[in-house]
Amino acid sequence: MPEEKSAKGELSRRQFIRASGAAVAASTVAGTLISANTKADAAPTVPAAIGAVDVSLKVNGKAHTLSLQPRVTLLDALRERLQITGPKRICDRGNCGGCTVMKDGKPIYACMMLAVDAHQSEILTVEGMGTPERMSVIQEKFVEHDGLMCGFCTPGFVTSVHAVLQKNPSATMDEIRRGCAGNICRCGTFNRVFEAAVAAARSGRGA
Amino acid sequence: MQDVRWNDPRTSRYLGKSVPRLDGPGKVTGAAKYTYDMVLPGMLHAKVLRCPHANARVASIDASAAQRMPGVHAVITDIAGAGRFAGQEIAAVAADTEEIARDAIRAIKVQWEVEPHVVSTRRGMRDERRVGRPREATRGQDPESLWSSAAAVIEEEYYCPVREHLSLETHGLVVQWQEPDRATVWLSTQAVHGSRGELAGALGIPQQNVEVICEVMGGGFGSKFGPGVEGRIAARLSKMTGRPVKLMLERYDEQVASGNAPDALMRVKAAMSADGRLIALDSKIWGTPGNGNNSGIPMPYIYNVPNFKTWQAGVSTNTGGARAWRAPDRPPASFLMESVVDELANKLGLDPMRVRQLNQNNQVRNRQLELGAQLIGWENRNKAPGSGTGRYRRGMGCALSEWGGGMGQPCNCDVKIGTDGSVYVGIGTQDLGTGTRTYVGTIVAEDFGLPLSRVKADIGRSSLPVAGGSGGSVTAASVAPAVKDASMKARARFLEVAAGLMNTSVADLEMRDAKVLSKSNPANSMTFDQVCAKLPPGGIQVSGTTLASLQQGGVAGAQFVEVEVDTWTGRIQPIKVVAVQDCGYVLNKLTAESQLIGGVIQGLCMALLEDRKMDEPTGRMLNPNMETYKVLGSLEVPEIVPVLYETHDKVAGIGEPAVIPTAAACVNAVYNATGVRLRTLPMTPKRWFEATETNQ
Ligand code: FES
Ligand code: FES
Repeated sequence: MPEEKSAKGELSRRQFIRASGAAVAASTVAGTLISANTKADAAPTVPAAIGAVDVSLKVNGKAHTLSLQPRVTLLDALRERLQITGPKRICDRGNCGGCTVMKDGKPIYACMMLAVDAHQSEILTVEGMGTPERMSVIQEKFVEHDGLMCGFCTPGFVTSVHAVLQKNPSATMDEIRRGCAGNICRCGTFNRVFEAAVAAARSGRGA
Repeated sequence: MQDVRWNDPRTSRYLGKSVPRLDGPGKVTGAAKYTYDMVLPGMLHAKVLRCPHANARVASIDASAAQRMPGVHAVITDIAGAGRFAGQEIAAVAADTEEIARDAIRAIKVQWEVEPHVVSTRRGMRDERRVGRPREATRGQDPESLWSSAAAVIEEEYYCPVREHLSLETHGLVVQWQEPDRATVWLSTQAVHGSRGELAGALGIPQQNVEVICEVMGGGFGSKFGPGVEGRIAARLSKMTGRPVKLMLERYDEQVASGNAPDALMRVKAAMSADGRLIALDSKIWGTPGNGNNSGIPMPYIYNVPNFKTWQAGVSTNTGGARAWRAPDRPPASFLMESVVDELANKLGLDPMRVRQLNQNNQVRNRQLELGAQLIGWENRNKAPGSGTGRYRRGMGCALSEWGGGMGQPCNCDVKIGTDGSVYVGIGTQDLGTGTRTYVGTIVAEDFGLPLSRVKADIGRSSLPVAGGSGGSVTAASVAPAVKDASMKARARFLEVAAGLMNTSVADLEMRDAKVLSKSNPANSMTFDQVCAKLPPGGIQVSGTTLASLQQGGVAGAQFVEVEVDTWTGRIQPIKVVAVQDCGYVLNKLTAESQLIGGVIQGLCMALLEDRKMDEPTGRMLNPNMETYKVLGSLEVPEIVPVLYETHDKVAGIGEPAVIPTAAACVNAVYNATGVRLRTLPMTPKRWFEATETNQ
């Protein structure tokens, strides 16, 4: 098939050009982990894919247009294409909540939605809620109360708590537990996640 | 140098206090980059073709269609000539995107020669070729001669199923091959140093040329020591293509092939005297570690049984291989022994807690029992098990644990003080979520009287000084004493310089609030930075090693669980857990408590939900996902009271022990609540109803 061949040729060329331009290193700054690959010059090479369509997303306040195959999930588009890796891929099947993001103000499992279905929507992830230097109240309370261990489930929990407190800034323990019912933590941080969420609610400083 | 000791927690600023973890801000904001999050320029994605059969030989394999697919860069088909469990790695591809890699895997055609399989322990143990060499032990008289003289005898069968690690970050890595003979590997691992050898072997280069990086990782629980098959595959693919290759296992792969804890089927007969002393025990245990046939459950675990006969053997089956699982073999050992003791005590109408105190010698544990009983309100349990009425019935149970948790491999650690006032501590360990990075920093901050933010704690890379793998709860007890040694050596040098500058003796100096102060003359002081500026060019650089005198192993634990059973639905809800854990010197109260809470939750998962289900006819796992392989969620988690029970002033490891006795205590609590004894885990509603009919 001539079409496929030319597609292949094109992508290898592009990859070569991008790959040769960027250097990558991970660094730890003052104890908070900030990794490389966040700069534009380290953007991954994404080959043009057969049947790709344009998808526009506003993520953490920034507009993006991506060329994606319709089968790409919102989660993979965020993680692989935009390198917004706060939302984690854990079960990829709507079972764990690790990929939870806010879409147009509501929490969703990003692994359960195709990126094309999120076309023209607004996405908020933990990256958009705060940075290591300027954390949101919820993020701050998670750290203070040790609502995390390995931290892999944590962005999902932070987002779920964000959703609960957005709905009711003085949410009760019961509401918080229900709000996190779609999140799994294998390290067993639940109790302290709840404590952190209650503390955030009590702080009166909103989500 | 004088004897190095741990800082007195009564006067310390960080050690023994609650210090939020250093990597917390990165983790809660998504800034922390896990292996799974790595995206490198030009990176390829690898996927693995797995054997769909429990036992099958590869008759032929045709990957030509996959080879030809646009976007596919490399294919390997020689990983294994046969699959000995459903899920074994057979072939792999590297492609531009994950989607293309998945397409390519589907395009590989394999002709299988399917052979017979066995996937359950019960079936495997009937075939003597599958049963490994038994491990036997005896003590005292033959139990057979003692049954008739005992006040109480039980003869039962117990079963604890295969459990999975279920790390949320799946196993995987990114390998960046660099011509001619180097590689950088981001690996989700419990051993950055220990993983280099296997990767170097797969790449055919010297171990020193491999740098393994793991700054943060999403859980391992014993399953992530080596790079494993997927590590070797990714290494080869990267070398073949000259491109970075990312291979993260998919959830299915993770659950069928990345390790599990063997099951334990125990047939036991045991006897107790009227005053509650264990007299004799005769036990036989079978369990499957997958393809191998070893078995290592310690019996009779912590109990003094004067006369016993124990026998156990591993049973080889066509299932994914076992790996160390948080406190290997102890949770089932505890479930088995604690059930036996509880059954006998209840049969005699004795207080199960007192009976425990009678039958084991560890005085720490006996005191922990008293404390735990007080905290849970043991006197409020059902004096007669199952005597409650109504739909919801509550009850309490307890169980004990024992774990090593001392020093593992001795470590090296570097501490550097710059003339610019920078403070650096580096050690090639890794943080599994236990808080390692944080205490590496606080130990130095404490010794130098500096705020933690002034110390750069560098871990998670194999180019840093050597440290062992994080298993057996040895990390804190090995790493912390090495950091302390380096820190104290650097401090001594620093104070020598300061003493000269301040015209006083080293003994007269102390450090706090980023200052060096004379104890005898408070007016005589310098800031930390002023002293640093006067250090010799290059500052101070020292290395330390693990000081055995700062650690001690052997930790005891006692737990109490209160449950509520819904007798209409059979649903068991834990209400409260008290976990009293011997922990030695506490480096960080906050993260140490989190370890206990986390262990308890995993123990509750084992009690109530976890069960790897194999389908005998097809030989496949029925629940290789997070929907049907269940763990506790936010609505089920009870109140948990972690109690750090300090018994000495040396660091001990507590990463594992809290998981050991929870399930056993939970089983005993269900009995206390309802008078129904469940002998098979997990305690599902169906099993509770079944047990109600047979053993009320
Ligand atoms: S990754 Fe989306 S719910 Fe688990
Ligand atoms: S903190 Fe590790 S899975 Fe939740």
